Amino acid sequence: MSSTEEETLMTLPKKKFKILNLLWIILFVVGLVVSTKVTKTSLGALFANFGQFADIFLQMLHPNWSYLGAVIPLILETIKMAILGTVIGSILAFVYSLLIARNIVKNKAVTGILRVIMNIIRTVPDLLLGAIFVAIVGIGPVAGILALAICTFGIVVKLFYEAIETIDPGPIEALTAVGANKLQIIVFAVLPQVMTYFISYCLYAFEINVRASTVLGYIGAGGIGLYLQETLQVFDYPKTGTIIIAIILVVVLIDYVSSKSREALMK
Amino acid sequence: MDTSMKKLPPKPVDQKKRVAHWALAIVTILLIVWSCTGIDFGGIKQTAGQIAGAIFSGIFHPDWSYVYNGTGEDLVSQLWDTVCIAFLGTFISAIISLPFAFWAAHTRHKKWYVSRVGKIVLAIIRSFPEIVLALMFIKAVGPGSAAGVLALGFHSVGMLAKLFSEAIENLEDGPNEAVTAAGGSKTNVVMFSILPNLLPALISNTLYRFDVSIRSASVLGLVGAGGIGYPLIIALQYRQWNRVGIILLGIIIMVIVIDWISGWIRKKLV
Repeated sequence: MSSTEEETLMTLPKKKFKILNLLWIILFVVGLVVSTKVTKTSLGALFANFGQFADIFLQMLHPNWSYLGAVIPLILETIKMAILGTVIGSILAFVYSLLIARNIVKNKAVTGILRVIMNIIRTVPDLLLGAIFVAIVGIGPVAGILALAICTFGIVVKLFYEAIETIDPGPIEALTAVGANKLQIIVFAVLPQVMTYFISYCLYAFEINVRASTVLGYIGAGGIGLYLQETLQVFDYPKTGTIIIAIILVVVLIDYVSSKSREALMK
Repeated sequence: MDTSMKKLPPKPVDQKKRVAHWALAIVTILLIVWSCTGIDFGGIKQTAGQIAGAIFSGIFHPDWSYVYNGTGEDLVSQLWDTVCIAFLGTFISAIISLPFAFWAAHTRHKKWYVSRVGKIVLAIIRSFPEIVLALMFIKAVGPGSAAGVLALGFHSVGMLAKLFSEAIENLEDGPNEAVTAAGGSKTNVVMFSILPNLLPALISNTLYRFDVSIRSASVLGLVGAGGIGYPLIIALQYRQWNRVGIILLGIIIMVIVIDWISGWIRKKLV
């Protein structure tokens, strides 16, 4: 074996250089530079003032436990909001998903238009919905519940109609063959196949809602966020710390229970 | 005539399962009933229908003059601001997420409690309200987009590192062993086996997070951390429904376009 051949065996084959990859990287770097400039972010400023940040954080780490008595009722209200929002939103989502699933409603124009509406609803973030509903129905938990209901709707519809469309068509055909009407097909062929998915998606939406509901109060949409705003405004960070610890505990606990039950459901 | 063929056999009944299902249903209903108590449904404003109508007509008669007027306070520049906040915030969080992800990933080479602690830390970061984080950064760097970038960057770590760690857990050991068997060092294992196998998942998760960040960035303005949220809340307070309409339209279009682009890139990647 000649020495040059040996050398080619010793080195790794060269990767083909792709101009497209280079373009992506350039685009990415340009994006970074532009966005740094637009947002005027500088790590220097952060490190220069990091003391203030750390100071707030340290104050929060010494929570005011006597405040807990005032926090708990509002935490309960927050959970209530999340439950009601989930229930209302998922009932709406249930009906809507059946209307936009192409294996149930055959009319493509109807499903198409309804899908566009759904996709538009899905884009608006929860807190903005909260702000809009506060403007509409006034300050209070009702605004929060409505905002959460619409969020839930957006999450559950998307997942649920996809689940409906991937079911086994056999039972639908069987029921059609024996002359069942639409409602009977849905009840006896579709729902038995997708109900566990639906419940699982509702639980998933509930987890997101619990998280979202804790800050909705900040803009006046009810729940614990109200105290968050009040204590932050008067710089009473020990009290804010109490609230945040309570929020984290509730969120992590509900997350854990809900994800465990989802796992059990899907088994 | 033999009628036995016309009757279906009785459904098999699992008594235990049935009891469990009923118990769960009752608990759920009780929870829902409990949530209805103590919430004041009577507090709805009399003008609710009117305002909802005004916002709706605002969406269909938007304030076009606000779209672009060159002052830097118009819709296009605020939306651009929002996109930049989300982009930079996601980038920062992707970098911070990497070490956290390796910490929280449950692999064979680690004691179980190490990854468990990492997972708990990530859960706490995820649950820390983003708005509070934004306010803390406003204290540090002043109000504006920079606070939004930092808040997003740190908050997203909770979710992104979780996704990353799941990607790491799903890695197969084969390629690592192959590199080691061929005489590769630890760095070679990382360079030639772990990174190439991990990168597509990392990029795809980061893009997904970018979609979420766009929505978050448009909310952070509500507390003064830059982006489109601030003009929206001002327009709501001053009851400029036409402006609310155009801002909502802008947000909807921005989110749809970004979702579409990132979906396209993700599809090309896989």
